Amino acid sequence: MATITYRDALNQALREEMERDPNVFLMGEEVGVYQGAYKVSRGLLEQFGDRRIVDTPIAELGFAGVGVGAAMVGLRPVIEFMTWNFALLAIDQVVNSAAKMLYMSNGQIPMPMVFRGPGGAALQLAAQHSQAFESWYAHIPGLKVVAPATPYDAKGLLKSAIRDDNPVVFLEGEMLYNVKGEVPDEEYTVPLGSADVKRPGKDVTLICHSKTVAVALKSAERLDGELGVDAEVLDLRTIRPLDVPAIVESVQKTNRAVIIEEGWPFCGIGAQVVDEIQREAFDYLDAPILRVTQADVPMPYNKQLERAAKPHPEQVIDAVRRVAYLD
Amino acid sequence: MAAPTTQLDPNQADFYRQLLREMLLVRRFEERAGEAYAQGRIGGFCHLYIGQEAVAIGALTALREDDYVFTSYREHAHAITRGVSPRAVMAELFGKATGCSGGKGGSMHLFDVDKGFLGGHAIVGGHIPLAAGAGFAIKYRDTDQVAICFFGEAAVNIGAFHETLNMAALWKLPTIFLCENNRYGMGTALERAAAVYDIAERACSYDMASETVDGMDVLAMHEAVARAAERARKDKLPTLIEARTYRYMGHSMADPIHGHYRTKEELEEQKQRDPIEGLKHRLFEAGLLDQEGVEKMDEEVQAEVADALTFADESPDPEPDALYTHVYQD
Repeated sequence: MATITYRDALNQALREEMERDPNVFLMGEEVGVYQGAYKVSRGLLEQFGDRRIVDTPIAELGFAGVGVGAAMVGLRPVIEFMTWNFALLAIDQVVNSAAKMLYMSNGQIPMPMVFRGPGGAALQLAAQHSQAFESWYAHIPGLKVVAPATPYDAKGLLKSAIRDDNPVVFLEGEMLYNVKGEVPDEEYTVPLGSADVKRPGKDVTLICHSKTVAVALKSAERLDGELGVDAEVLDLRTIRPLDVPAIVESVQKTNRAVIIEEGWPFCGIGAQVVDEIQREAFDYLDAPILRVTQADVPMPYNKQLERAAKPHPEQVIDAVRRVAYLD
Repeated sequence: MAAPTTQLDPNQADFYRQLLREMLLVRRFEERAGEAYAQGRIGGFCHLYIGQEAVAIGALTALREDDYVFTSYREHAHAITRGVSPRAVMAELFGKATGCSGGKGGSMHLFDVDKGFLGGHAIVGGHIPLAAGAGFAIKYRDTDQVAICFFGEAAVNIGAFHETLNMAALWKLPTIFLCENNRYGMGTALERAAAVYDIAERACSYDMASETVDGMDVLAMHEAVARAAERARKDKLPTLIEARTYRYMGHSMADPIHGHYRTKEELEEQKQRDPIEGLKHRLFEAGLLDQEGVEKMDEEVQAEVADALTFADESPDPEPDALYTHVYQD
């Protein structure tokens, strides 16, 4: 086991999959000569050359579509968006082309491709650079949506995403790139569609993904120390397909749930999770399910306002107090 | 504009007759599809190709079976010329299980991978980068195939067109961008939508080869696309071709034939350039075909279209569980 960063875990996944399959290539802004805007593709140009590590103009719609066309004739593109904020310019290709091609063609054209890049807020990047789009893409049948929280999951899930024959929206966390964690030396993958218990517990389930896994874990520690509440932290890892059995199993055990996500509340991932729980585990619930999300506003620049807008442990602890009727 | 091919080569008589037959076939197909639409047997949007036949047929007969074809939503003729059977195309228009997209695509989303016919795309200009992607894959694999993309002149004002042409020229992709300039984007004349309406000129921005062709002359279209294909195969270079053509019908079946945006007189004037009549008369003059030959040809294609209609009519709808198939690849 080596301890490496989330960034390097993604880099390893790309490198290994490109070594494994000559049809895999990486395309995006600054992925080659610059070594990646966030250095995820560091060293890949040197190893694979500019045929397979392709620097593009700033033309998200265009190069996303080039990726779609290449996938239609059998290549396995990995399209990097410098951030998912810029991918709004390309969303026609993700939604209208990639997600629907298999269905419209009655199964004739699979779309083995990955769209990846950092999503969500970093630090003081303000409204246009601080957005979590999980729920946008998870809404679309035909797409798979993945949002890993740890280096182990990032590597294993990216490898699975590249091998998957469907278009996968792979949302990384800009603030996660420097997070370190253990990654096995040997080959492994993490299957898409499986959640993971990051901390077992019996009193309440904290359902989270990506950056909010750290928020949930920190909250769980404090809940244990300050209130004697034993929280289970369930990391969704994949948003679509959603691991409903894992959610239900946990809620059946704890009878209480708080959902934490970086996105906005309205029609967010938590809304879907609440729906699944109320249908599949209604009789097990001892309290209404609560949600902790980003404030329902465009992200402000000011440091204090930004902090107030993001989900943080105080809100989680407050929500747990309420679902556990501790007040 | 490229000079029209004036001299017919008697050794090519069979090929000329094949072109004429193909144009007649798709015209009869579209006429009958229009009738079926009016009868409510075809649903949704249905965009007919009548008037533009020389473009698809001239272009696609200049390509190889292993090339890749991308089109917009006015694509019945392209599919048929590419070798998708009229039965499979008509059945798709009827939404039947035997259609080339299993009844799940419809008029705007025809697909047949075995024929290299890769759709059938209905967001204006959205498919232009896809063809460049196929060109990218060709270059990646170092084969000598070609990708071609058909789109209307209204698509040249959309960002995807410019982003794609830039990348295709920058990366030297073997892709032919074929603009079918039928003069109207729905009801908006090109002159009312574009600051520069000599579309081939737009290639200058990307240092790309370009050509303006009489899109009512099937032989001129064939030759222009053959030149572009050779440029793509040998030099791995893209080409922008502007085909000046005209549609006789409305934008879609929901649209009146001339409406407020063009006059009946203009339509009648354009019909004097009819691609089928044009080739027919040239074949007559060269003594390569006579009236009897044309009539026989017409009877044959009408029978083929009638057969396609019967097939489509009698074919089953998709099974109910088709609703949930092919959302994801297993």
